[in-house]
Amino acid sequence: MEVLFRNVRELVERAEKEEKLISEIMIEQEIMITNRSREEVMQQMDRNLTVMEEAVEKGLRGVHSISGLTGGDAVLLQAYIEKGNSLSGQLLLDAVSKAVATNEVNAAMGTICATPTAGSAGVVPGTLFAVKNQLNPSREQMIRFLFTSGAFGFVVANNASISGAAGGCQAEVGSAAAMAAAAIVEMAGGTAQQSSEAFAITMKNMLGLVCDPVAGLVEVPCVKRNAMGAANAVVAADMALAGVTSRIPCDEVIGAMFEIGQTMPTALKETAKGGLAATPTGKWLEKKIFGGAVVGSGQ
Amino acid sequence: MKFKSVFDIIGPVMIGPSSSHTAGAARIGRVARDLFGRQPKWAKIHLYGSFAETYKGHSTDVAIIGGLLDYDTFDERIKTSFEEAEKVGLDFEFIPETGHVDHPNTARIVLGDERSDMSLMGISIGGGKIEITELNGFPLRLSGNHPAILVVHDDRSGCIANVANCLYKYDINIGHMEVSRKEKGRMALMVIEVDQNVDKEVMDELSELPNITQVTRIAD
Repeated sequence: MEVLFRNVRELVERAEKEEKLISEIMIEQEIMITNRSREEVMQQMDRNLTVMEEAVEKGLRGVHSISGLTGGDAVLLQAYIEKGNSLSGQLLLDAVSKAVATNEVNAAMGTICATPTAGSAGVVPGTLFAVKNQLNPSREQMIRFLFTSGAFGFVVANNASISGAAGGCQAEVGSAAAMAAAAIVEMAGGTAQQSSEAFAITMKNMLGLVCDPVAGLVEVPCVKRNAMGAANAVVAADMALAGVTSRIPCDEVIGAMFEIGQTMPTALKETAKGGLAATPTGKWLEKKIFGGAVVGSGQ
Repeated sequence: MKFKSVFDIIGPVMIGPSSSHTAGAARIGRVARDLFGRQPKWAKIHLYGSFAETYKGHSTDVAIIGGLLDYDTFDERIKTSFEEAEKVGLDFEFIPETGHVDHPNTARIVLGDERSDMSLMGISIGGGKIEITELNGFPLRLSGNHPAILVVHDDRSGCIANVANCLYKYDINIGHMEVSRKEKGRMALMVIEVDQNVDKEVMDELSELPNITQVTRIAD
């Protein structure tokens, strides 16, 4: 298959050489590969954006999962932000609350758009809708935010992994946060190179993150990991925009993530056997939710 | 490259909570239903690896049944698929397995009705993307990104040429093709990914060819 880029280096080089945005390269590749018109491709992403908006709105009104483990935190956060005394700042907490909102809807079996997965679906829209309030982007720029995220996610998915079962949470929330950081940079007017620096800085701080869902549910700690993924993305974007660079090139960071995922024990890769899932409280919650049955043993 | 479209990354739109364990699981179920060609009456679903460990928490079971009922990843009815299955008379059983498999998210679906049965193995590779790795014991690779035709046939000379000629006649280009058999001279399988959608006329002509047992289409 002919593609316009296979790794971040090629993506950035093409954007620089052709003086185009990363989102534009992604749109052009999509048109080329799927043989569809620009209009069709843009419309599909527009629909995905609408799904994300609706999920955030629903989460901010307040939802609760069937298990009762998650829900309502987005509402708490918004009420706290409105008081105006937050320490980490309005934009950062807004991103956190909207990421939480999305994942609370996901945990409650609501409709979401996977970015790149459902368990990590909060980070990209959470940061997008928070940054939106400061940068006032057009609808097209918001759609482009998703293509930029997608371009980096495309590289990760094909060169490493976006699956918690294969690579741990670093592959899911780690990828989502790094994708979001790169997209924030583009929306804020940064260069393609700065997008890749933001991606690398974020991913470096997500390396090694395990996937250890309590009772195998996409709730604890998934919702709060999305919150921190969003915070990580916003801070890394600011760092890259300030001119901070990553000593380890972006593609090598992605390579490291893949290697770490390969060597990570199975107990820490979405099997609910290790980490937080194996804590006394984690096990107690599992028993409580599934009525004492030991999940997955076949008994 | 396993992930070809940006919408493999930003998407799918789906009912939560997991793209691999819910949306991907629903897609595996739906492909099984597509290949069977009609509503099965019974299904035994064997789950391996992470699927076996966490299927209850991720609603993997509910999603696979949703797929077997032909629901898409965003269909709200996935949530009540067990009740819907009862209404249409689909008996099902989930069997968590401890055996080793190559991919952590693997499901084997055996299904059927009074007329025939079928088995399929699928893996969910992340972000809702799936691959079908085995059909009726035959190993195969279907990306799901292109229209594909599966042809079950007798292992006789000329079969492959006849099928290729027929597709050529309708100006359908083959992008990828795999041929496999279990035993020389017995049942064999062609997996053909094509660039154009294959309409009913072509399918009918393919199934009329000598030594062809079954032709199934998977639309893009």
